[in-house]
Amino acid sequence: MTIVFGVFLLTLMLITAIAIVRTQNLFVAVMLSGIFSLLLASNFFLLDAADVALTEAAVGAGISTVLYLSALALSAENERAPYSSHRLIALAVVSVTALLVIYATFDQPRVGDPAAPVHQHVAPWYLEMTRDAIDIPNVVTAVLSSFRGYDTLGEVFVVFTAGIGVLFLLDKPGARHGGTQTVGRVRLRHYLIPRLVGRMLIPFILLFGLYVQFHGEYGPGGGFQAGALIAASIILYALLEGETRALQALPRRLLTLLIASGALLYGGVGVAGMLLGGNFLDYSVLASDPVKGQQLGIILIEAGVGITVTGVLLSVFHAFAARGRF
Amino acid sequence: MTALQAHLPALQVVVPMLSAPLAMLLREHRLSWALATAASLCAFAIAISLTLSVIDTGGMRYLMGSWPAPFGIELGVDAMSALLLLIVTGASSLALIAGASSLDREIEVERQPLFYAAWLLALAGLCGILVTADAFNIFVFMEISALASYVLVAGGPDRRALPAVFKYLVMGTIGATFYLIGVGLIYLMTGTLNLDDIVYRIGEVAEVKPILIAAGFISVGLALKAAIFPLHVWLPNAYTFAPHVVTVFLAACSTKVALYVLLRFNFVVFKPYLEDHDLKFAIFLLPLSLLAILVGSAVAMFESNLKRMLAWSSVAQIGYITLGASLVSVAGLTASLLHIFNHALAKSALFLALACLAISVSKLRIENIGGIAKRMPWTMAAFLLAGLSLIGVPGTAGFVSKWYLITATFDSGPLGILLVAVIVVSSLMAVVYIWRVVECAYFRETDEAQSAREAPLMLLLPTWAAVLLNFYFGLFPGVPLELSSSAATLLLGQTP
Repeated sequence: MTIVFGVFLLTLMLITAIAIVRTQNLFVAVMLSGIFSLLLASNFFLLDAADVALTEAAVGAGISTVLYLSALALSAENERAPYSSHRLIALAVVSVTALLVIYATFDQPRVGDPAAPVHQHVAPWYLEMTRDAIDIPNVVTAVLSSFRGYDTLGEVFVVFTAGIGVLFLLDKPGARHGGTQTVGRVRLRHYLIPRLVGRMLIPFILLFGLYVQFHGEYGPGGGFQAGALIAASIILYALLEGETRALQALPRRLLTLLIASGALLYGGVGVAGMLLGGNFLDYSVLASDPVKGQQLGIILIEAGVGITVTGVLLSVFHAFAARGRF
Repeated sequence: MTALQAHLPALQVVVPMLSAPLAMLLREHRLSWALATAASLCAFAIAISLTLSVIDTGGMRYLMGSWPAPFGIELGVDAMSALLLLIVTGASSLALIAGASSLDREIEVERQPLFYAAWLLALAGLCGILVTADAFNIFVFMEISALASYVLVAGGPDRRALPAVFKYLVMGTIGATFYLIGVGLIYLMTGTLNLDDIVYRIGEVAEVKPILIAAGFISVGLALKAAIFPLHVWLPNAYTFAPHVVTVFLAACSTKVALYVLLRFNFVVFKPYLEDHDLKFAIFLLPLSLLAILVGSAVAMFESNLKRMLAWSSVAQIGYITLGASLVSVAGLTASLLHIFNHALAKSALFLALACLAISVSKLRIENIGGIAKRMPWTMAAFLLAGLSLIGVPGTAGFVSKWYLITATFDSGPLGILLVAVIVVSSLMAVVYIWRVVECAYFRETDEAQSAREAPLMLLLPTWAAVLLNFYFGLFPGVPLELSSSAATLLLGQTP
């Protein structure tokens, strides 16, 4: 049954992808890419990767679509027709790449095969050590935040870099329009029903974001997804009540502080491990009981991830919205 | 002290990385500059200390989070990473010091804290790639360094920086994605991401197809990032339109670090496992290297934008580096690695000299600098001397690596004479394009140059430091040579 669902979803994804390439209308392309992400998330879910599915749904289908739309508001709705000869070369390159990937799959182990190398080598150790050394139910969280916590620190800094990049490029002095012009551009104040429904939704999204943040050790979730959800609820508020009201609640300076402090919190936990006699990112030394130390470390670094992701996503949104044209 | 020593591989990354958020929070641009420079110098000191301990003990290992490898992430510093770490941190420090007086003209003061944060992230990303011993961790830090480099390049005052950076971004992202596909396939077949563990377990993999495809994806992806001909198209414009000191930093390191990963994977992981890998590697890379050397030098000869001229010369110099590697011999790889070091020295000195010129000349084109040597004697002398090193005149660093390259090609059989001819011809071409600039600056007259003034001391000092290093390492190539040759023996799996 799973395989039927999988094939069905993959076919839909293929159709969506072709439609994205074919369409000249950028608004349609953005909507379709949201659908693509949602299908992808469903696929991840079928493969039992609930954490990844949640991230893809929150970031790919949610936040990216909003950001694309904000970017689209600054540019034209239709793409200019590219040269057709380039298109053929591009098609050839993409086809060859696809064929190579397909060729590589001929010898790969069957999906879900318990004898596959990925299930034989490091995975059993992770399962055992999550129980013995960290004692939390979600193995994925244990791998992400402790066993391979250095990678996750790197990913937080990828998000951080992206945020710095957008702020650096879009917040050019002079490029920002006067405050009076931006007021009320992106808002739905005069639409009663979306506004009422939206306002009712915001607290629930926020609450769900917090749940995902603090429940990451027990179920799917963690800082990345929570950050995206919390940012989504505030972006919704900005859309409903106007960007200025959102900025009053969370000013730019505070957002910048959030971006930096989340990254510093994560890094600081790593350095604390070093100062207390362990290696970098060794959480066991944070408390007298190594298991408690691991749990404390994971909660702290997940908080750092959530803070930075929220800050970056909101800053990026405001940076786009502030450049709005009329 | 010894406790600190053990943490150095981690601190090499952590110091610049955690300084980035702090640099962003500082509102005063001078303070952020000071913090960035201090962090970069600190990273340089760590790199020197790591190099010394590599020379003493052969290498260092570090377990992130104290989890044992291959389950946790392991860092490893050996001769090859030490060599590259010296270049990256050294070039970053010199460029930042020069940036104090050069960047104010290109980037608004209020945006500078963000710029310095991006700089530190680029530095941390490059260092992260160099110290890690984990295939996926390389990808993570490649992303950090790449994103940060896009930001740095886009900081240029010229609006043409934006299309240049967009091209760089698209190509760089394809490169990183290809690398990730390759690593994914390797993980699928071996179940591990630790490089040493991959080498150990890949021997037991019976099915060759996925590994073969992985080798292709990883090599092509990294070749894109390393600007190996004909995948270099992003490079000239990205270098041309970036702020001047950013060009110094990127030209010295970013392509080199991609080359480092390329060589690591091909020689350590794929060569022992895939049949005839060395032959295929050579057949693939040798003609491309020769083309890069000839085409790059030829375009540079006819280019009148000075930065783009040096950027095309970089395409040719990357050709020398890959030429050495494609010989698949200890001598060839030693020459190749040594040239990575020496070219970084020569190019950063040349681009620093251009940054000095840019203080007085608004458009860095050859027709605008006529007679400028009278007004800016120190700058042009630095350009001339660094140019000698790029050409490979005896007594300079450039000569040492070219000499090793020529000896290595002579040993490589009947093709050797042809390869030597190509190296000699392209060196003559380098004489032409350096001479054009020198002739114009010393023996022509234009109006614009009359009002020129010598660059400030803060710019001249790092420039001359780089120039003098070219001569120092030309006369005493001991340390880089020792690192290169032990790295070459490591790559080819022979005991030194």
